[in-house]
Amino acid sequence: MDYIKKIYYGDIPGENSGGGELKGFSDPSLESGDEAWPLWEVFIRSKQGLDHKHAGSLHAADAAMAIENARDVYTRRQEGVSIWVVESKDIHASNPDDSGSFYEPAEDKIYRYPGFYDLPDEVKQM
Amino acid sequence: MKTVNLSTYQLTNYLLYLADTNLVLSQRNAEWCGHGPILEQDIAITNISLDLLGQARNFYQYAAVLINQSTNQRAGSEATEDSLAYLRTEREFKNLLITELPRGDWAQTILRQFFCSVYLYLLYEQLQKSKDDQLAAIAGKSIKELTYHIKWSGEWVIRLGDGTDESRQRMLKAIENLWPYTGEFFIPAEFENEAVTGVDLSSLKQPWLQKINTVLEEAVVWSPAFGDGWGEAVFMQTGGKQGIHTEHMGFILAEMQYLQRTYPGAEW
Amino acid sequence: MPTQYPDILFQQKINKEIKIEPKDWMPEAYRKTNIRQISQHAHSEIVGMLPEGNWISRAPTLKRKAILIAKVQDEAGHGLYLYSAAETLGITRDEMIDDLHCGKAKYSSIFNYPSLTWADMGAIGWLVDGAAILNQVALCRTSYGPYARALVRICKEESFHQRQGFETLLVLSQGTVDQKAMCQDAINRWWWPSLMMFGPKDSESTNNDMGIKWKIKRKTNDELRQNFVDMAAEQVKVLGMSLPDPALQWNEANKKYDFGELNWDEFWKVVKGNGPCNKQRLAARVKAHEDGAWVREAAVAYQRKRKAAVRSSFGEAKEAV
Repeated sequence: MDYIKKIYYGDIPGENSGGGELKGFSDPSLESGDEAWPLWEVFIRSKQGLDHKHAGSLHAADAAMAIENARDVYTRRQEGVSIWVVESKDIHASNPDDSGSFYEPAEDKIYRYPGFYDLPDEVKQM
Repeated sequence: MKTVNLSTYQLTNYLLYLADTNLVLSQRNAEWCGHGPILEQDIAITNISLDLLGQARNFYQYAAVLINQSTNQRAGSEATEDSLAYLRTEREFKNLLITELPRGDWAQTILRQFFCSVYLYLLYEQLQKSKDDQLAAIAGKSIKELTYHIKWSGEWVIRLGDGTDESRQRMLKAIENLWPYTGEFFIPAEFENEAVTGVDLSSLKQPWLQKINTVLEEAVVWSPAFGDGWGEAVFMQTGGKQGIHTEHMGFILAEMQYLQRTYPGAEW
Repeated sequence: MPTQYPDILFQQKINKEIKIEPKDWMPEAYRKTNIRQISQHAHSEIVGMLPEGNWISRAPTLKRKAILIAKVQDEAGHGLYLYSAAETLGITRDEMIDDLHCGKAKYSSIFNYPSLTWADMGAIGWLVDGAAILNQVALCRTSYGPYARALVRICKEESFHQRQGFETLLVLSQGTVDQKAMCQDAINRWWWPSLMMFGPKDSESTNNDMGIKWKIKRKTNDELRQNFVDMAAEQVKVLGMSLPDPALQWNEANKKYDFGELNWDEFWKVVKGNGPCNKQRLAARVKAHEDGAWVREAAVAYQRKRKAAVRSSFGEAKEAV
């Protein structure tokens, strides 16, 4: 059974952007070959009062361009009032192998939920 | 609605000039659709093309209303946005010459957009105060789009000017090619009557030069408008507003108007 | 806690309709199948811009021009969403584009047919987008999370594409004699290639088995093709036009339309690169990419200079302190 070559957001070494290995990074000169623009993650607030939500990703040479591209790509149909962008390589993610130790311990903490507490009927709303 | 004592003839021609300028520039930018340097920028330039097309339609629609009011067209032969865009000839189109030049490379497309967007922004800023409510409203709506076009194209001018040797050379070439077509911006045509438009065209020139120079300086690219005013000595091409176009114009219309000309009177 | 049998756990997740996310363990073949399918889908969107983009400059009215520009631009957006989804699997967009340009990666053969008249804009919207939407709606529940999310977004945006195509044809079908002829001609030319969009027959498709088991694909090629025929056979009546298949007939017993055999020779000919426009479509994409190289390089170089300038001014500031 083959295991996948895992390339994670935030786990890309050096100057490479998220999503995989890039060509041309070995050549430091400014006029080096056709080097890919880094990958950015786009977060959009759909309207005032709501959280920014991950919308997708895109390629851009710099942050200003990434925001403008995000505007052109992800808000063509009035989907947003605010945009965040962050380079994919700067996002660090939890490891799914840890999901047991991360998330299962919360399962038996039922006292964190209001339904855990019995109140007399006289208390109508709390 | 205020009744304004304007020369309808002049106002109509002025609207056609604005409409034609936006339409032809939109047509040129749309040539990039599917052929842009990278997907994201393909989408960006296409967005601008759509904005310009929308502005052109607003101006044509208003021009059509004025024409129909003043000429009492019989039913079925009224002017429409489409009759104005598709059934006028080269000599009747009043667009600025710069808009009909081939799209060229990305540098030429970007720089033309930047020159035109800054100009149209300054123009619409004045038109917002026009005595003609409808014209003021269209200008007001368009100016938000123009703000974005200036930002987007200005940043690209800087990137290319201050990017690689090749991009700098291409940007310099674009300046050389396009600069002679900017003089026309500020020379009023007979229909650009200040009493009608409310715009003193000559007052736009300094702010335009200033914005262009600020960006070109940041792009570390030489500008004909820098310093000694050498730019003033460049021979400026004119004629677009009078319908005296470059040889490109006939081909643009032949392509754009082909269906309407081949199947007269058909609905699409 | 790493398990000894990740492949079994994986299949259990699939069976329970739990989405697979980028960082999750997955069989290499699953990763490859997804990369192949998602990038093919992305390439199809991008190459698919060409036959329609071809008519933007000649659209017959300003309204139609605006609609067509918006539609072709949507396709660019969809290509972008899909490339992004594939990039989460450890391949770069550049690699995928290289694969396309060197002929290694495939895209939907439909775009290797020429768009000859304005009616083709209608036929492409109605039939080609119609077929694509059927495929995509079925795929919205695909097991790979990023692909499923991209598809949901695409389906939402795509709903206007088919409608505008049908409406374009409807106007033509009610127009002049020339327009009616144009309309029927476009339907005749695009009908069979649209049916081929669903791929080879199930009995001959090599990719279906694992695709279904892993819930990458949710319906087989033949199922989707049948759905499409049933839909189009009804809609064409509204247009007052006909589909170019003498064998097309409602089968009361099976509650579906019977239809004629596809020309599979033509199908494989076009897939293998010998369709009417294969070379020109690929050449257009390669040219756009190569012509754009200096632009992309300039933006990178500029960004490097900005970063260097910020670093050196920071250094100066530190020295000054």
